[in-house]
Amino acid sequence: MEFLRPLVSFLAKIFTPKGAQRRYVLLVVLLVLVVFLGTYNWAKPWNVFATKFNNAIKVDLLGKYSPKDFSLGLDLYGGTHLVYQADVTNIADKERDSALSGVRDVIERRVNLFGVSEPNVQIDKVGGDYRLIVDLAGVTDINQAVQLIGETPYLDFRIEKPGGATTTADFLATKLNGKNLKKATLSFDQTTYKPQVDLQFDSEGAKLFAEITKANLGKRVGIFLDGAPISIPVVQSEITGGNAQITGSFTSDEAKLLVKRLNAGALPVAIKLISQQNIAAQLGGVSLAKSLKAGLYGFLAVIIFMILLYRFSGILASLALFVYAVIVLAIFKFIPVTLTLSGIAGFVMTIGIAVDANVLVFERMREESKNGKSLMASLEDGFSRAWPSIRDSNISTLITSGILFWFGSSIIRGFALTLAVGIVVSMFSAMVITRLLMRVFINTRLSKCISFWIR
Amino acid sequence: MLIIKYRKIFFILSALLIVGSLVSLFLWKLNFGIDFSGGALLEANFAGGSLPSNDQIKNALSGAGVKDVVVQPTSENGVILRFETVDDKTHQKIVVALSALAQKDQKFEEKSFESIGPAIGQELKKRAIYAILATLVGILFFISFAFRKVSKPVSSFEYAMAAILALFHDMIITLGIFSFLGKFAGFTVDLPFVAAILTVLGYSVNDTIVVFDRVRENLIKRMGNNFEETVSISINQTFVRSLATSATVFIALLIIYFFGGESTKNFSLALIVGIFFGTYSSIFIASTLLVSWYKNKLKKS
Repeated sequence: MEFLRPLVSFLAKIFTPKGAQRRYVLLVVLLVLVVFLGTYNWAKPWNVFATKFNNAIKVDLLGKYSPKDFSLGLDLYGGTHLVYQADVTNIADKERDSALSGVRDVIERRVNLFGVSEPNVQIDKVGGDYRLIVDLAGVTDINQAVQLIGETPYLDFRIEKPGGATTTADFLATKLNGKNLKKATLSFDQTTYKPQVDLQFDSEGAKLFAEITKANLGKRVGIFLDGAPISIPVVQSEITGGNAQITGSFTSDEAKLLVKRLNAGALPVAIKLISQQNIAAQLGGVSLAKSLKAGLYGFLAVIIFMILLYRFSGILASLALFVYAVIVLAIFKFIPVTLTLSGIAGFVMTIGIAVDANVLVFERMREESKNGKSLMASLEDGFSRAWPSIRDSNISTLITSGILFWFGSSIIRGFALTLAVGIVVSMFSAMVITRLLMRVFINTRLSKCISFWIR
Repeated sequence: MLIIKYRKIFFILSALLIVGSLVSLFLWKLNFGIDFSGGALLEANFAGGSLPSNDQIKNALSGAGVKDVVVQPTSENGVILRFETVDDKTHQKIVVALSALAQKDQKFEEKSFESIGPAIGQELKKRAIYAILATLVGILFFISFAFRKVSKPVSSFEYAMAAILALFHDMIITLGIFSFLGKFAGFTVDLPFVAAILTVLGYSVNDTIVVFDRVRENLIKRMGNNFEETVSISINQTFVRSLATSATVFIALLIIYFFGGESTKNFSLALIVGIFFGTYSSIFIASTLLVSWYKNKLKKS
């Protein structure tokens, strides 16, 4: 690709085999990078060590990291995945997006009250359908979660259809709904002492309510809760203060409960639970330990294979592979990429891809040296000639991961992201790190024995 | 040289595999997991004692209003139940009914529960198909672009078409094998399976491009007396690399399959099957197709 050319020529300039000094400087830079990222990845053990060390020498020499953990997906951490369908039939097309973000805010607020750390609430628009995806990490009691969200009241205001209304179906939706509710309070009617609920709107709601009352003087305005009318007063005058009252016939206990529910957030549209998944943390824990173990075994097996096949070059490639793993894990932690089971599998898969780049280079080196080139020349030509195929083949995999990301339900997105990060870093690892290591060692006496480097 | 010479044998072999896969897909369809078909899945544990009998479990669920339950014991104390999509109230009833089955000193525990509406499954299927098609189109454009400098004697679009045909070959055979395994070994096609298929597409085209890239380089260097020879040389030059790379990926995947736990088995098997055929098609199908098309062109002109 054309845009890669300046980058490549820049890197080539740094890594041209001029001067051993420059190579050693780069090697030190690499080492510092690995130590820095490695301790970032394993922050907790590092912090323990740093504390002990600092105490021992009585100087605060070693820094510490805030103990941030890898972000684990629901399948690893355990939790609840809920999908709600929003009923937007009463809402004008243009208003739907904002209504849904209102729903999201309300649900987020409620879930926060529940004490879930980092709830993940997303709007998912599929065709004409609006969905709300709620991921609650650590909440394994699905019933509690469903109940909590299910209790969220859905409040809206409706006006009489032209010609009057006889049933509740004759009321038309307005733009005023639960999203515009600022506060609800309990009060008692001055004369009848009946409980009533006072609603206070936000500024947008106050404006809407003024418009509605002005346009419907002498007509009825319905206050609907969860789709059923709870109060249908007749508008006596335009109300501009942004206050409304619900004067249904309820007991003071019912009124209190309603106030509590409304204050926790009222939805602008009705939602219905259409899908739920619950993964026990215990199951997640077992899978995580197993996947990590599998990842480690996979890594070791690949290293053994590389050393058997490519001897000393294989050892250097394995070192580069280790650096690769450290960099990728640091990126996963930093972005953060949510790690799922398939994400970890994807990571192991990218180890294979990272190795592929090395294999391409080493095979090329072998060919060049068979054609009678010196070890040094075949190393340089091996890298430069293998680059187009590494580049093109990886771009095609990047295209795939881009499409996977776009296809994206959450599980697959995590996988696509791990794949994309893995590919980009693997190119760096194979083309820059392996090459640097090989150049450092090829300028020593080791270069005398060609069969030590390649088959 | 041998691969090109005997290419018809590989074409026939692949054709047989594809026909077999299509027959399997036609007879047994795909065994969709609940992410695609919709439905409910409940995994439970009766710790500290033996499982209630299948009939006991079925009776408990029909008491809660759920019929057509598939009971599948997973271990001494564990069981997986599959049934139709239920709402939350029914789910609560099921949990109560199942806890009542626990004997004295035995603890009922719901390990996981999923209930997915059928509409979501339909949509996912649609999205999966779109994703696969989009990937194919993306790759078609990319190869046509990457090989624009070597449009003689075979146009860059033909390189792209050969790669895409190889991809279809990999995909159909993988799907066919999974429809067979779904029927006889209970493997399901779920969301991670789609991720696996898409990865296979990426990997297989990756493999194909490495061979094509060598053809591209050798054409520019004028290696070989004719196109057939150039392709043949290129295949030979990249053969060891293809096997070495696939072997490393295979090792990694086999380890995930055997040590990675139940939940990644499906996924890693799909990758293993797909990558096996992906490697095969890159070497024996994609590049040899180029030669066949070239020869056809020669005959016509």
